[in-house]
Amino acid sequence: MRTILAGLPGLAAATATAPAMGTGEVWLFWILAPIAVLAALGMLVAKKAVHSALLLALVMFCLAVFYIAEQAPFLGIVQIVVYTGAVMMLFLFVLMLVGVDSSDSLVETLRGQRLAGLLAGAGFAALLMGGIGSAALGTRAGLGPQSASRNVVDIATLLFTRYTWAFEITSALLITAALGTMVLAHRERTAPRPTQRELSEQRFRSGGQLTPLPAPGVFARHNGVHVPGLLPDGTPSELSINKVLAARGDIRSGQELDTPGIAASTEEEK
Amino acid sequence: MSVHTLGRLPLAYQPAGTFGTDPWWLVVLKAVGIFVFLVVMTLLAIWWERRVVARMQHRIGPNRVGPQGLLQSLADGIKLALKEDIVPRAADKVVFVLAPVLAAVPAFMAYAVMPFGPQVSIFGHRTMLQLTDLPVAVLYVIAVTSIGVYGIVLAGWSSGSTYPLLGALRSSAQVISYEIAMGLSFVAVFLFAGSMSTSQIVNQQTNLWFAIPLLPSFLIYATAMVGETNRAPFDLPEAEGELVGGFHTEYSSLKFALFFLAEYINMVTVSTLATTLFLGGWRAPWPLSLVGVDPAHPEGLLNTGWWPVLWFIAKINIFIFVFIWLRGTLPRLRYDQFMRIGWKILIPVSLLWILAVAAIRALTLDITLDRRTLFVWVGGVLAVVFVVSLAWDTLAERRGAAGAQDVPAAGFDPMAGGYPVPPLPGQSLPAYADLAVSPVSARAGSAEPDGTRDPVEGDDA
Repeated sequence: MRTILAGLPGLAAATATAPAMGTGEVWLFWILAPIAVLAALGMLVAKKAVHSALLLALVMFCLAVFYIAEQAPFLGIVQIVVYTGAVMMLFLFVLMLVGVDSSDSLVETLRGQRLAGLLAGAGFAALLMGGIGSAALGTRAGLGPQSASRNVVDIATLLFTRYTWAFEITSALLITAALGTMVLAHRERTAPRPTQRELSEQRFRSGGQLTPLPAPGVFARHNGVHVPGLLPDGTPSELSINKVLAARGDIRSGQELDTPGIAASTEEEK
Repeated sequence: MSVHTLGRLPLAYQPAGTFGTDPWWLVVLKAVGIFVFLVVMTLLAIWWERRVVARMQHRIGPNRVGPQGLLQSLADGIKLALKEDIVPRAADKVVFVLAPVLAAVPAFMAYAVMPFGPQVSIFGHRTMLQLTDLPVAVLYVIAVTSIGVYGIVLAGWSSGSTYPLLGALRSSAQVISYEIAMGLSFVAVFLFAGSMSTSQIVNQQTNLWFAIPLLPSFLIYATAMVGETNRAPFDLPEAEGELVGGFHTEYSSLKFALFFLAEYINMVTVSTLATTLFLGGWRAPWPLSLVGVDPAHPEGLLNTGWWPVLWFIAKINIFIFVFIWLRGTLPRLRYDQFMRIGWKILIPVSLLWILAVAAIRALTLDITLDRRTLFVWVGGVLAVVFVVSLAWDTLAERRGAAGAQDVPAAGFDPMAGGYPVPPLPGQSLPAYADLAVSPVSARAGSAEPDGTRDPVEGDDA
């Protein structure tokens, strides 16, 4: 098992020179790794966009557990908070709002994106193989015994000393992106937005319907939304029914829906 | 911040006490204990809520099943489990079943790092009264609760229905917005405690609970935690007047029960987090903490052994009572008002507050500025700002008053807009203006001239 694991980047520490993986870690790896790989494949073949997004979230979650098992609890937790919790949630949010599904048009709007995608994928694969290869064969850096409890302090020290500049540049990039979104989504109002008070005053001035609209069916003998409510004088109230249902021709009157027996008995009472 | 400063901060990032040395049966015992605690707390909280809200509304509340109606929630739970399990035809089956599980499991998981008490003896083993602790325990709670949101969002989407989808969208927007304010309110605690581990944070509150020096953080957290748990007055994702049941409209039977369970456990979890971070965790409140303190026992009698569990549960229940109180008192906010509170008040205020806390910490630790000198200077600056703002307001008021006098008092129209209206300040009834008669005859006289107008003209349009 050790020779199989030696080829993997994070687990290279498990070879003869470094302390061996604990049994718990081996179990964790062999349970979660297949799940992560299957979920990643499933993400590619899933038909519904929401299913793909969910499987991607599962992959991220498995990675986070691996980070924690590799004694990087801060990284693992941040992976869940930022990627699984925030980024994927926003993805889902957009998918649900826009309602993307497999019936979308298959015409490519970006020219040559397949070629570009292939090239980028091949480049990334080469990079990954190089990285794993050098970690497995060459000398490894940063794999010395690290204490999990110093994790946060070490990251903070690096972030605020050696990588301050990179950190600040990244934040500037993100702020620029956020500003760009705001500019794109911004809509200039020609008049100030009416407040609730102004709307209410306007409603009274115009003298239209002041109270809430009458509910359908409540004063009729049926309480369905397709039966108009009856006014005190017994006439059906037009205001109580939905315009969409009326346009569809789905509105029924109370008498139409009465079962014969009940209608007869009410007639007798009269 | 330089490495130099970092080294000077009182860092106690490691958990207080020993973790990870328990035998397997003790770990299982603790895990089962947490599970039972949360389920019982849920049953009690539902009963407690129904009774308290009933009292607030001059009712009695459930009092038939068990003593004082204590077993009512149990009976309701059994009834719920035996109901028909409906899966709508338009639903996405797999996700529809997965969603309630995704809501309930993380709710239980978050409790793994909550400290119930100090070291105790269980069957002869000295062990911490806490399942485990991490150097990043509080972040772990945030991570786990953010997974719980998936349950709500997916429930809304997979139902294949309009109202649940709207509820889910609201909920995800709400939780993401309030999680930012919640996370920011923790930062000040981390700065003060020098740790993100829950046991260490409780340890750092031996002398002073963080709610006192970090009052703004505490208030921000207390607001954000109501938003985070979708409870009234922030229960917009399940606003029954607008969205039927919100995200769980299409759920029934055990699947609905899981959402119900998750909501109440989340309530307990955020209350516990508030207790742990701001109210000294399991520590006894002030006069009680002094009982039995002597040089041999610096912690005192009531802060050792199993006593702390009592204070811990009592503090949680105080928070739960506040949740119930809010529900019984406040109307639901409008969605835009709710979002405005989150983004325009809570987040900027907590950012400013963190800046202030960090500045004070840096000044006192790095420059070793005397805290008294610091407060004198800050107080002096604040006093100047206060005086200037007071003077500004007075001037503005005087200018406003001068402007107001120029507005001519409009003539009184008793039927303005087609409805009978009372006179505004500065206007007088024409009857009083013309005749100096008794109020009774004046009222009779004023009603007559306009009485012929139709009060609801235009209504038939």
